[in-house]
Amino acid sequence: MKGGWHGQTCLSVQEGEEKYFQVKERMDNTRADDYIIEVSGVTKSFGNIEALRGIDLRIKKGEFLTIFGPNGAGKTTLINILSNLMKPSSGTVSIGGINLNDGGDAVRRDIGVISHNTYLYNNLTPYENIRFYGKIYGVDNLEERVHNVIEQVGLKGRMYDQVGTFSRGMQQRLSLARALIHNPSVIFLDEPYTGLDQHAAHLLKVLLNRFHTDENRTTVMTTHNIERGLEMCDQVAIQVRGKILYKETLSKIDRDNFEEIYFAVCKANNQ
Amino acid sequence: MRFLKDIWAIVQKDIVSELRTREIFSSMFIFALLVIIIFIFAIDLSEVRGIDVAPGILWVAFIFSGTIGLNRSFLFEKENNCLEGLLLSPMDRSAIYFGKMLGNLIFMIVMEAFTLPIFIIFFNVSISGRILPLILIIFLSTLGFVLLGTLLSSMSASVKTRDIMLPVLLYPLIVPVIIAAVKSTGVLLEGKSLEGVMHWLKLIIVFDIIFLAVSFMTFDYIVEE
Amino acid sequence: MNLSETGKEGVSRFLGWLTFVMVLVALIFIFLYAPTEKEEGVVQRIMYFHIPSAWLAFFAFFVVFITSILFLLNKDRKWDIIAHSSAEIGVIFCSLTLITGPIWGKSIWGAWWVWDARLTLTLILWLIYVAYLMLRTHTNEGSQRARYAAVLGIVGFFGVILNHFSVLWWRTFHPKPKMLDMKGIGSGLDPSMIVTLMVSLTAFTLLYFLLMGQRILLEKMRDEVEEIKKRL
Repeated sequence: MKGGWHGQTCLSVQEGEEKYFQVKERMDNTRADDYIIEVSGVTKSFGNIEALRGIDLRIKKGEFLTIFGPNGAGKTTLINILSNLMKPSSGTVSIGGINLNDGGDAVRRDIGVISHNTYLYNNLTPYENIRFYGKIYGVDNLEERVHNVIEQVGLKGRMYDQVGTFSRGMQQRLSLARALIHNPSVIFLDEPYTGLDQHAAHLLKVLLNRFHTDENRTTVMTTHNIERGLEMCDQVAIQVRGKILYKETLSKIDRDNFEEIYFAVCKANNQ
Repeated sequence: MRFLKDIWAIVQKDIVSELRTREIFSSMFIFALLVIIIFIFAIDLSEVRGIDVAPGILWVAFIFSGTIGLNRSFLFEKENNCLEGLLLSPMDRSAIYFGKMLGNLIFMIVMEAFTLPIFIIFFNVSISGRILPLILIIFLSTLGFVLLGTLLSSMSASVKTRDIMLPVLLYPLIVPVIIAAVKSTGVLLEGKSLEGVMHWLKLIIVFDIIFLAVSFMTFDYIVEE
Repeated sequence: MNLSETGKEGVSRFLGWLTFVMVLVALIFIFLYAPTEKEEGVVQRIMYFHIPSAWLAFFAFFVVFITSILFLLNKDRKWDIIAHSSAEIGVIFCSLTLITGPIWGKSIWGAWWVWDARLTLTLILWLIYVAYLMLRTHTNEGSQRARYAAVLGIVGFFGVILNHFSVLWWRTFHPKPKMLDMKGIGSGLDPSMIVTLMVSLTAFTLLYFLLMGQRILLEKMRDEVEEIKKRL
């Protein structure tokens, strides 16, 4: 089992964690045309307020899906449900064939989330921060891996300074290292470009490109920025008011016309 | 096993952070000291027997400065939304609770260990021969305070008025522990044995068990929508 | 308006009239039927308000506990509304208890307040549920508010139980002043006094359900207004 996963450091399989073993094995064995993420009939509501009104999505292994939508469309709620931070009010989500309601803990180990929150402790150094997250994800060869990812985001020289003293851009780069320490095979990005500086945005692009083209990881990104969103994806979807109203393979549509489609879909639903 | 490792990772992280800044300890300790000194000025010890008021003052100092520590400790999880980062990880949600709770317990016990000798000197009380029972009472009461305090501070930390919200929520509920702790500390300081106050000790233990169970069962609902 | 709503309206109107009549009957019983207590005098009549409001406060907070559990189990906004309404009404009855008690106490005990176990417990009860309402107002609207409140509704209930024992022992293990003796309130009452108390209890209980119905309706309307606002 060891070492066969993306050809990189493999996560440890702890004793008695059959569930995780199962997830990982299924993810590894997923054929390219199998669906790795299956969302069916997901709603999220409280009282009369509905954030999601029936989402159905199927994403194949290695696909890069970008979900566009105006503010308040429920994109963040969808990402939160996919990453198991929230439970749907109804409907099911399964990742790698495991329903998040039963096997959430195990599935989370294979998910990486990048959002505008850095999730970093200001009083700790990059080394301590990344090492802490590595520990709670149960990463093997922790020391080596920590040094490795911090080097990847270009912060090796500042490894032992307090994160609180860093610039916003450096913290964001470090947060990429945090999201990748456990080498996830599924990556969720929630408005990742919001507030990124040039350097961090470039780094994010390079990393995402590598995951997508070289390492065949599955990626779901939400954004309202059309230009950024179209850069790397191969699937596009438009979410308005808690529903996915449009989903298409990028190669089948005209990139230059997409903006028109987007506004047409948003407008049609706002009336 | 995994569960214990996760708890320990959180405790370790909090300790490393605290050793670097000493933010929590210094504010807790100085505050406890100030409470004791203010009380000494407020109550004229030449007119009142020190031993009559000392246990109450000791616990007011512990509880007040403990509240400061609790508030601080969850604040760290809120900056940069770190709590969400923990929730994204594969660890069990209740490991977060137990990790934070243990960290708070350690900080409070360290504060108490520094405050107690000063208290003994200021009030001129003697604890010789009663050290172990006193430690037992302080530990169990502090545990009860921290068990409930960690649960409530996990809520108050995401409220706009967090500084005032935690005491408002915590103090009415912590009354049983305060009464029990003050009564039994008083008995020990007067040189009597614990036998006369076994019912208080039992009450503290029941409090600890109930809120351990309630926290374990409800923490998930606080952090997960 | 569909049939079930008309039905509900009818029930609430009937409840309103029933409560109105019951409160009138209770007032007649309290001031005209029940005899004046020979030792305590006319001030004893306040007990017919004091005891039912204390009882209802406890009942209302118990409703908060049960509906909080139900809310966490199925996350239905309905339970959150009931818990919130019951907590508000409970705090009102608890305040009534805390106001009527000292009026009686001043003339019988000679002091507005004594740290008797029952009084202390009522005060702590009041503090716990005022904190509950504060937490609600200070938390962001929506699921977070409901979840936090539900957790506190459960924690608060256990807090009340533990507080009960602690204040009981706190006072009982002390020499008890004679004036704190609460005997004479429940025991040795004239049968007509007990009847009056029962009538008053019924009137108060009906009042609780009437207020609950109205409060729940109000909250539902608020939800609807919010939803309409969102849609605009």
